[in-house]
Amino acid sequence: MINPNPKQFRLLKATLFALALLPFIRLVVYAFIDQLGANPIEFITRSTGDWTLYFLCITLAVTPLRRFTGWNWLIKLRRMLGLFAFFYAASHFTTFLWFDHFFDITEMLKDVYKRPFITVGFIAFVLLIPLAVTSTNGMIKRLGGKRWQWLHRTVYGIVMLGMLHFWWMRAGKHNFEKPIIFGTIVAILLLLRVYWYLKQKRETGIRQSAVVQKRQPT
Amino acid sequence: KLLGKQNPVYLMTDKTTPYKDATTYNNYYEFGTDKAEPAQNAGTLKTRPWTVSIEGEVKKPMTLDLDSLMKLAPMEQRIYRLRCVEGWSMVIPWEGYSLSALIKKVEPTGNAKYIEFTTLADKKQMPGLNSPVLEWPYVEGLRMDEAMHPLALLTFGMYGEVLPNQNGAPVRMVVPWKYGFKSAKSIVKIRFLKEQPKTAWNLTAANEYGFYSNVNPTVDHPRWSQATERRIGEDGFFTKKRKTLMFNGYNDVASLYTGMDLKKYF
Repeated sequence: MINPNPKQFRLLKATLFALALLPFIRLVVYAFIDQLGANPIEFITRSTGDWTLYFLCITLAVTPLRRFTGWNWLIKLRRMLGLFAFFYAASHFTTFLWFDHFFDITEMLKDVYKRPFITVGFIAFVLLIPLAVTSTNGMIKRLGGKRWQWLHRTVYGIVMLGMLHFWWMRAGKHNFEKPIIFGTIVAILLLLRVYWYLKQKRETGIRQSAVVQKRQPT
Repeated sequence: KLLGKQNPVYLMTDKTTPYKDATTYNNYYEFGTDKAEPAQNAGTLKTRPWTVSIEGEVKKPMTLDLDSLMKLAPMEQRIYRLRCVEGWSMVIPWEGYSLSALIKKVEPTGNAKYIEFTTLADKKQMPGLNSPVLEWPYVEGLRMDEAMHPLALLTFGMYGEVLPNQNGAPVRMVVPWKYGFKSAKSIVKIRFLKEQPKTAWNLTAANEYGFYSNVNPTVDHPRWSQATERRIGEDGFFTKKRKTLMFNGYNDVASLYTGMDLKKYF
């Protein structure tokens, strides 16, 4: 089993941080050397949207990966990955608010209200904010582990909203190839949780019924 | 090289879109759904020999090869705005002649109410046909009076050159007062019909893409506003999007639609 020492772990984490920042740096560099194509705003919107979904999937893959490999230290990388998902979601939203609406909040809200695919995308982004805010150790303590965990499990719903946003965006142009790939990955990641939950419930159920049987008078 | 005589009626003060943008940012699903893909994949399209068959409600059905089609009327250069249904626009100098010249030659019968354009659909040349995004072949259409309007351009070139494959070579329609997808590319068949043809995007999502699809800032697409547009190659990051004009600014065509509810027939 791979088990990095603290120094190796720090190096790994720093490398991962740099890698996770690359898509953003790429956009900045492309903007400067005029490589964002004929429609730069669209390029940025799509790229940040894609990377939000990638990072949501990567974050949701941490637990399954940890369980399959037994590498428990992976959990210590999850917060950073989740925050990158938020970072790209925020860039995506900012592009929309800035370059599509020029900070005209009323116009923006009209758009959010009128168009279902924007509505769900916007809700997903708003729901991500409390998760980002409560990602610190202090907040975990203040909320208490149970409540914190409950709050952070809303990410399952958020990723589904994000998927729906992407699906609807592509629906008008009937271009489902990528949403299908994404949807499958998200479905696998979520179904694993359902499976583990049911398995755990059954096992505790069996244990409990065993206890009950023992107590019965013979 | 294909330089038409510049038609001064269709000159424009708007800045022409850079050739590079107009030839690398394309919607041509037969070569892929990504906008960069047509430029990458359309090299396989063989544009010669090429014939266009003209069928249906006409007194003189015929099959024309490309050369005779090009010689049918004098070639003009016209600068048109192009407004995509997705909310962006370009300004492109096209070379071609009014479709009406061809229509007059084949003599439509009294039954001809609509005209239908069919795009080539050959899997060997067009990798995008393997994808089920649309029903192939791509079909578009116009009402007869729209097709006869002098603005409707049967097009063979752009920027003084023959059409690049990704822009619909060797012959396409350009209907500047309608969203871009109404202008069929790489046309192999033109049919004159009694009934309104079943057009590709309308078949796919009738609630989003109407048969008429006139550029109209007051009728939104269900998923985005059509009130504004981004001009490709001209507008920078910090330029506000420009207002979309009714009929893309081609007010001449308004008389074609008098008495029609354009919100219903969008």
